[in-house]
Amino acid sequence: MNARLVPEVGSDDAPFWESGADGVLRLQQCASCTRFQHPPAPRCHHCLSEDIAFTAVSGRGELYSVSVNHQSWLPGLEVPYAVVVVAPDEAPDLRLVSRMAGLVDPGAPPRIGDRVEVRFDEVDGVWLPLFVPAGAGA
Amino acid sequence: MSRRPEQSAVIRGIGASEVGRRLPRSELALTLDACLEALADAGLDRSEIDGIATFPGGGFDSPGLAGPGAQEVQAALGLAVNWSYGGPEGGQLGGFFSAVLAVASGLARHVLVYRTVGEASAQGDAGRSRAMSFQGTTIPGFRKWLAPFDAHSPATWIALHAARHMHEFGTTRDHLAAIALNNRANAARNPAAVYRTPLTLEDYYEARMISEPFGMLDCDVPCDGSVAFVVSHVDTADDGPHPSIGIEGIGWALRQRPLWHAGPDLTGMAASDAAAHLWERSDLRPADVDQVQLYDGFTFLPLVWLEALGFCGKGEAGAFVGDGSRIALDGELPLDTGGGQLSAGRLHGCGLLHEACVQLLDRGGERQAGRPAVVAVGVGGGPTAGALTLVRR
Ligand SMILES: [Zn+2]
Repeated sequence: MNARLVPEVGSDDAPFWESGADGVLRLQQCASCTRFQHPPAPRCHHCLSEDIAFTAVSGRGELYSVSVNHQSWLPGLEVPYAVVVVAPDEAPDLRLVSRMAGLVDPGAPPRIGDRVEVRFDEVDGVWLPLFVPAGAGA
Repeated sequence: MSRRPEQSAVIRGIGASEVGRRLPRSELALTLDACLEALADAGLDRSEIDGIATFPGGGFDSPGLAGPGAQEVQAALGLAVNWSYGGPEGGQLGGFFSAVLAVASGLARHVLVYRTVGEASAQGDAGRSRAMSFQGTTIPGFRKWLAPFDAHSPATWIALHAARHMHEFGTTRDHLAAIALNNRANAARNPAAVYRTPLTLEDYYEARMISEPFGMLDCDVPCDGSVAFVVSHVDTADDGPHPSIGIEGIGWALRQRPLWHAGPDLTGMAASDAAAHLWERSDLRPADVDQVQLYDGFTFLPLVWLEALGFCGKGEAGAFVGDGSRIALDGELPLDTGGGQLSAGRLHGCGLLHEACVQLLDRGGERQAGRPAVVAVGVGGGPTAGALTLVRR
């Protein structure tokens, strides 16, 4: 699709970036207070427990916000595409910034409230969790 | 009656360089222009300046955004200081607030504060795309949660807040347009503004879309320029050639997680923390405020600040602004009287602070909005914010 920018992967967030290798999204969840957090950190910011692990989630959620971007910020970046904030089903108060895979159909742009599911895009050993409309299939 | 620390400080003088698109002067030259004007305005010799501060003076990865560091400017002006500070955290007013605290604590008596940008020259022909120069490397820091998903620009980051606000509260692009048109109308009366040609609603809607709901005219204008302030001890407030400006209260709180899009509610921002802190400290209330200078890096942000500062209820800023008559120069709450960053140039919050002083000194010329006694300033978007009330003495 496009040459994607790749995150600097660190020991705290490597499990998030590598999670998609088996097609499953994993979010950091605290074993002490059961709450999720994103971005990942060494401890749970709610209760400061270090007993925190990456939990497999469905990869499904709802669009909390959407911005259809028309500006090509990088050479070769195709537009229009939609940057989204996803509220995952298992953690509806969590906010996950991502983008919809592919370009936006001007006749049917993604909207707040739409159901979406994860689809990974692998670049240099990093699996970026992008999203597609729920039920869009593989 | 006990005095809050910020009331121990005043703004005794202000200065500004030329502000424009790609000026043929270096960032340091522009900085010295603004600083020398501020010294003269304060009636002080450089030998009397014993402190210097800026924000950030380094530590920003966006070309032309950082400006010269405090030590570089100190050296260029030949200053001997007891205190200096520069740093990329603490928000756009961090340098100014630090100067206020240095004066209040007695570390310094007259602090020179400046803010310089050279974004227009640094970005060159590529415009803001030039600022996204990460290709070939991996993305560190907070941008690693944004750039890999092609959220490259603050336009997109803040658009995600605006879109949710529109969804929940019925805010419209007409409301955003009211901010753009208001600020351009004010800039038309400001000879120092970058863009002064009046705008129509048609112009607004015909402008190229950037990141919905923001088009070109929802985004501020990168510029080259510098503003400077002399922050002095209140004991010297009456020793200058004109009245000093009082600092009635400051709000610097950051109570929510200072991360982009941490949520869960993205209809507000850190502005609500700084505003709450300001009103906890201040003896004034929103009804006492005569005009506002609110951060307008994007048209949506003044709406965020109007709600945060309590000029209207949560979600009501669109209706409050309405067709713009309430916030016009002759309205009940004039907003961004100099044209703001949208039209006068993106001096990263400190241009708005400068304009607040211009108005309190009755130097606004054709854009002077009455004779304000109290001006509220709110600066920042996303996870940074600072607010203050300035008063006529
Ligand atoms: Zn916990």
